[in-house]
Amino acid sequence: MTGSRLPDGGTGIDRGDPRAFDFEGTVVSGFAGDTVASALLANGIDVVGRSIYHDRPRGVFSAGPEEPNALVQVRWASGISEPMLPATTVPVEDVLEVRNLAGRGRLEPAEPGTDTGRFDARYAPCEVRVIGAGVSGRRAASNARTADPGARVLLIDSDPAAAGDEVRRGMTALGIYDHGYVTAVERCPAPATEGRLWHIRAGRIVIATGATERPIIFADDDRPGVMLAGAAATYVERYGVRPGERAVIFTNNDTTDAVTATLRGAGTEVVAIVDARRGDLIVGTMGDDAGRLTGIRITRAHGRPDAGADGDDPETIEADLLLVSGGWNPNVALWAHARGTLRFDERIAAFVPDRAGPHGRIEVVGAAAGEVEGLGDIGPTWVVPPPGPATDAAWSTHYVDLGRDSTVQDLQRALGAGLESIEHVKRYTTIGTGIDQGRTSGVVTSAIAAAILGQDVGAIGVPTFRPPTVPVSFAQLAARNRGALADPIRVTPSHPWHEANGAVFEDVGQWKRPHHFPQAGESVDDAVLRECRAARTSVAMMDATTLGKIDLQGPDVGAFLDRVYTNTFSSLKVGSCRYGLMCRADGMVFDDGVTSRLADDRFHMTTTTGNAAAVLDHLEEWLQTEWPDLRVHATSVTEQWATVAVVGPRSRDVVAALAPSLDVSDAAFPFMTWRDAVIAGTLGRAFRISFSGELAYELNVPTWHGLALWEAVLAAGATFGITPYGTQAMHVLRAEKGYPIIGQETDGTVTPQDLGMAWAVSTKKDFIGRRSHRRLDAQRPDRKQLVGLLPTDPRIVLPEGTQLVAPDADLRVTPVPMLGHVTSSYDSAALGRSFALALVKGGRERIGQTVLAPLIDRVVEAVIADSVLFDPENRRRDGEPQP
Amino acid sequence: MLLVPCPHCGPRDETEFKYGGQAGIAHPADPESLTDAEWLDYLFLRDNPKGPWRERWVHTAGCRRWFDVTRDTLTNEFGDIGG
Repeated sequence: MTGSRLPDGGTGIDRGDPRAFDFEGTVVSGFAGDTVASALLANGIDVVGRSIYHDRPRGVFSAGPEEPNALVQVRWASGISEPMLPATTVPVEDVLEVRNLAGRGRLEPAEPGTDTGRFDARYAPCEVRVIGAGVSGRRAASNARTADPGARVLLIDSDPAAAGDEVRRGMTALGIYDHGYVTAVERCPAPATEGRLWHIRAGRIVIATGATERPIIFADDDRPGVMLAGAAATYVERYGVRPGERAVIFTNNDTTDAVTATLRGAGTEVVAIVDARRGDLIVGTMGDDAGRLTGIRITRAHGRPDAGADGDDPETIEADLLLVSGGWNPNVALWAHARGTLRFDERIAAFVPDRAGPHGRIEVVGAAAGEVEGLGDIGPTWVVPPPGPATDAAWSTHYVDLGRDSTVQDLQRALGAGLESIEHVKRYTTIGTGIDQGRTSGVVTSAIAAAILGQDVGAIGVPTFRPPTVPVSFAQLAARNRGALADPIRVTPSHPWHEANGAVFEDVGQWKRPHHFPQAGESVDDAVLRECRAARTSVAMMDATTLGKIDLQGPDVGAFLDRVYTNTFSSLKVGSCRYGLMCRADGMVFDDGVTSRLADDRFHMTTTTGNAAAVLDHLEEWLQTEWPDLRVHATSVTEQWATVAVVGPRSRDVVAALAPSLDVSDAAFPFMTWRDAVIAGTLGRAFRISFSGELAYELNVPTWHGLALWEAVLAAGATFGITPYGTQAMHVLRAEKGYPIIGQETDGTVTPQDLGMAWAVSTKKDFIGRRSHRRLDAQRPDRKQLVGLLPTDPRIVLPEGTQLVAPDADLRVTPVPMLGHVTSSYDSAALGRSFALALVKGGRERIGQTVLAPLIDRVVEAVIADSVLFDPENRRRDGEPQP
Repeated sequence: MLLVPCPHCGPRDETEFKYGGQAGIAHPADPESLTDAEWLDYLFLRDNPKGPWRERWVHTAGCRRWFDVTRDTLTNEFGDIGG
């Protein structure tokens, strides 16, 4: 094939605007309006790549998104490198550099700061959405506008140079989903953005996506120089490119008549028209050393006047271009996405939308509906048998899917292996799984399978079409939702202080929480030990703002909480707080927290940080769907209150200094009560509750004053060396006391009884999940129970998640029966050693026993203990115990 | 993405909602009177029809109201709203 630019012509190019790009080290010149493929052909570059598995040279096969051969890696003008693009759809204007690919694209690793790709997304409702701006699509859009001048009619076309008015060009529909939802990708000129993803909700959808030509399959049908017939005409007419000098046309329909005329008009010598309907067939091709087409082999039908003298022996014709047309497939992928069914239409020998189905919202028009113009009487030729004996190997160069290097031989193997469903055939052969999604190979595959199985093509069908219709990058799908915009980031009012003071943050849900506050040169472990020691010996402070807070109001709140919590809240006195456990109906622990009574008809609930939204959902669901008679309003106030926990034996002194008008004596403000108070000059609430076992307070002020409170606590505690601590120290302190963290000690299969918290489960009233606790399974003695775990070597901190086995377990015989697993594990300043919490089968019966923790490189011994390892008598709750 | 017909706000994208499964599964009035099997039936066993059925949605990112609606599980077309 020796392509060249014609001296004039080319409706789609601007000869006054020359462009150039680098292709494998060669400068390729073209014009604005060219695709990479048309420019390559114009420059006489006929081998554009090598095939993925068989390493065979391949050339440009098509002029559109159906391209299976000319797949390239493109460096866009913006600098972004994108793999696996069909050269037939890439405009030269936007391209710096093009490399060919042996079927495998590469994502270029981005140097930090060099990922400058910007992608956008847009939402657009419309009354009528028309996909495809050909004659039928433009007519449908025009009709819709005439019928309702006020209707929003969106007419799109993937071709950046599509004709017509009011067409959104360069925009490709990716898929049709439920209820008129359509996604589309729009390639945008850099530097504004690389592309834009459209989310469109359409009242009515018109599919006018046209039809795609398909080949006829024969031996060595994959050489550079073999091209779809219609594509050759496109190169001449649109791009002013003559794709070859001596052409043979192989056809089974009348659409090649116009192609012949176009080629001849461009000066290509059409040396033979091989029409399968007359019994003439191409049985093979010949090539030069580089694999390029040099000639074809034809068998003519017997009995015709022009039949060769040697009857069936192939005749040879020299040619550098072989144009093939095996008919046209309506582009039905989008129709099929919307669960539209297909039927095989013998009239055009292709699958067409079966419009009898219930799809009032979607219609298909034009060639996509099977109205392919100029087809004539199509002949049912799909494949030409190999010349000579039709052995299995003789089919090994009958390429069906060029993009996947799949042949008729592969198809025979699949069918021979008993795979009769076309879905299985697709997966066995990989036909149709390339980036062109089987646009040229799919229906041919079904027809060949039908012939081999002796069935109708219509009965075989085609594999399910699934979105997206064209490859789309993850970056495009993410659009602007990347980096900081990927997910909301929630910070507390004290966050600027945490940042300025070197906090190391961890993500808890969407919150940024300080994990620890390292001092200069301090390791994580050292920092956590220091923070814990401060809380147990003097005073420490933590930002607890992220705890979920729900304001509950109404005369029936008490009764409601009795049903929601496993324990009783209706008896709680105003001014008091109570720890509560919540279960789902299945009896498994769902959340916990301290809830306080603000007034007869008002409670303040706290939840775990990560579960705040889920708890509010849970409360509203039960209120709305089961107990609409209860007069309760639930409102999230998490964002309304900033909370600082002041923890340790000196915390009372700090709170006294912060709130001079508050009587902080144990008698006036005992454990598990709360008080209104002016704290650091702001009206707020002080709660005497503890998540560490130490004397502790949680101070709440309106969020606006959160940072001021934090700084005031810091100042008031300075004389005691008050120490800010993070979530890790909080975890250690609570674990020393055996307090579970819902979601760490529990996993949705743990009951309150498993946690050793039967004391928090009322036996006198019903509550959500109560019946589940009476299930036989909930009462098995070998349920996993929460226990403490002390490694025999006190320096070893077991990894969380470590499995535990019996001391006499034979570790060589797998599977080794598991007794349980480590849920939390830390080094402890207070205990002077490592410790863990674990869920162990029948654990409370095993206290004092040894278990083994097999690690990757060793086996660690540990002794099961009570889950409360520090101050089991709660003597520290009211401050440093008097000796 | 479904277009869910909220009876209070009108049709909205599915991402604004949470799904609530089969409608009409009332919490038993007296759970303690149920056998383990009956309780299990309430907790876990649901219909799975091909065709229309009643299901629950809650408009979490909108009015936060629960409602029942009929949906055809084959076509996803919504029918009667209410409840």
